[in-house]
Amino acid sequence: MRLSPAMLWRTRIPRYRLVGRECLECGRRHYPPRPVCPHCGSRRLRDVVLPRTGTVETYTVIYTVMEGFRDRAPHVIALVRLDDGTRVLAPLTDVDPSGVSTGMRVEATLRRIRVDGDTGLIGYGLSFRPLMEPRQGASK
Amino acid sequence: MRKSGIVGWGAYIPRYRIRASEIATLWGWEPGVPHGLGVEEKAVAGVDEDAVTIGVEAARNALRRAGVDPARIGAVFFGTESKPYAVKPSATIVAEALGITPNTMASDLEFACRAASEGMRAALGLVESGFIEYGLAVGADTAQASPGDVLEFTAASGGAAFVLGPAGDSVAVLEDVYTYVTDTPDFWRRGLSPYPAHGEGFTGEPAYFHHIESAVRGLLEKTGLRPSDFDYAVFHQPNGKFPLRVAKKLGFPREKVLPGLVTPHVGNTYNGSALLGLARVLDQARPGQRILVAPFGSGSGSDAYSFIVTDRIVERQILAPRVDDYIARKTYADYATYAKMRGLYIRTTF
Ligand SMILES: [Zn+2]
Repeated sequence: MRLSPAMLWRTRIPRYRLVGRECLECGRRHYPPRPVCPHCGSRRLRDVVLPRTGTVETYTVIYTVMEGFRDRAPHVIALVRLDDGTRVLAPLTDVDPSGVSTGMRVEATLRRIRVDGDTGLIGYGLSFRPLMEPRQGASK
Repeated sequence: MRKSGIVGWGAYIPRYRIRASEIATLWGWEPGVPHGLGVEEKAVAGVDEDAVTIGVEAARNALRRAGVDPARIGAVFFGTESKPYAVKPSATIVAEALGITPNTMASDLEFACRAASEGMRAALGLVESGFIEYGLAVGADTAQASPGDVLEFTAASGGAAFVLGPAGDSVAVLEDVYTYVTDTPDFWRRGLSPYPAHGEGFTGEPAYFHHIESAVRGLLEKTGLRPSDFDYAVFHQPNGKFPLRVAKKLGFPREKVLPGLVTPHVGNTYNGSALLGLARVLDQARPGQRILVAPFGSGSGSDAYSFIVTDRIVERQILAPRVDDYIARKTYADYATYAKMRGLYIRTTF
């Protein structure tokens, strides 16, 4: 699996910072960013930083993984509804498949998504993990 | 008091743990060895984590507490001895992920476990000289140890990050700092070697103890402070025992060390080690308290800092997860799973 420097470089901001697009015609958002609004077809779009927390709407557990993903099998891929309503398809990490359920709260995290062998590039990108809220109140 | 300090702090510890007893059993160590090191279990990075992802998590927490627009950060220093790329900066990945790019300095520093501390010193100096408004120093490691080496009990994954800035916006103002370095070969790793080597008995007295004691004594002499003036004392913690012993030699009581002692719970996170201890102290410190922190790096050197906590700390403590939240959040891995996470299996396909 060869990772292209141009592809990684071009897509780094959406992958690193969860930047999606908002349509100036219909007001709806999507991720990853596309040149045309998937909801209404408009090309009038602006970049927006999406909220980093959301809820698992549905998910699938992949045992027959693509080449390059055996070390993280079974691979859990989830459709996450972010807190602004935007739906994002991304891996879940730091979970055992038996611990995943629809409705679970998750937050975005930067992880190694793909690694090009021992000598190629490392593709960092978006994953979601179970939400860890800061505790309220005074410390111990 | 100086004109700079810590504006925000953040920690990150991966979810996975392996018990030291499991390592002892697998490699046939005498069962009392982990207890002798004062380490019960250690944190292990997941298969999709590395020093960069750990550093980003810690830095994100530090930025949440600092409440500073990332674009105002003018320097990113990344201290690690677990660089994902031998050549290609980690600091630019961290800076890009957090929205600090492009108008910033960025570099990776190497000084074994002390690199991030030197990054703090450099950032504080750049703030005081007026070159930058805020700086970010990150210490993160996925520490390597040869399987079966005694180092394997402690070599752990984790990190801490600090936003440094003007004293007027600080939760802990720098009072003074003193650094002591020499060429002392106690621990090293050559370019193509996957695991570090260490000078056995040489790592203690001539390295760890001599350098930390010299730095702390230098700071006390320079400032006229005494151990009794400090509320907390945080030292580099390669195991659970050395920091208590160096504290005793310097005249700091055990109860001032325990709040900043994290290695017994998560292992030695190298560049995260003393700085995670400092983060845990900041999680609980109260205005007016004085903190001593003395990171150490093999090769060898130590920095002794004195910080004074300000009123701003209380409101920022609740803005991100605390070190104790990360210590409590854990999933145990057996040795076979740990070996997969650490890449210890030889495989022909990727
Ligand atoms: Zn639209």
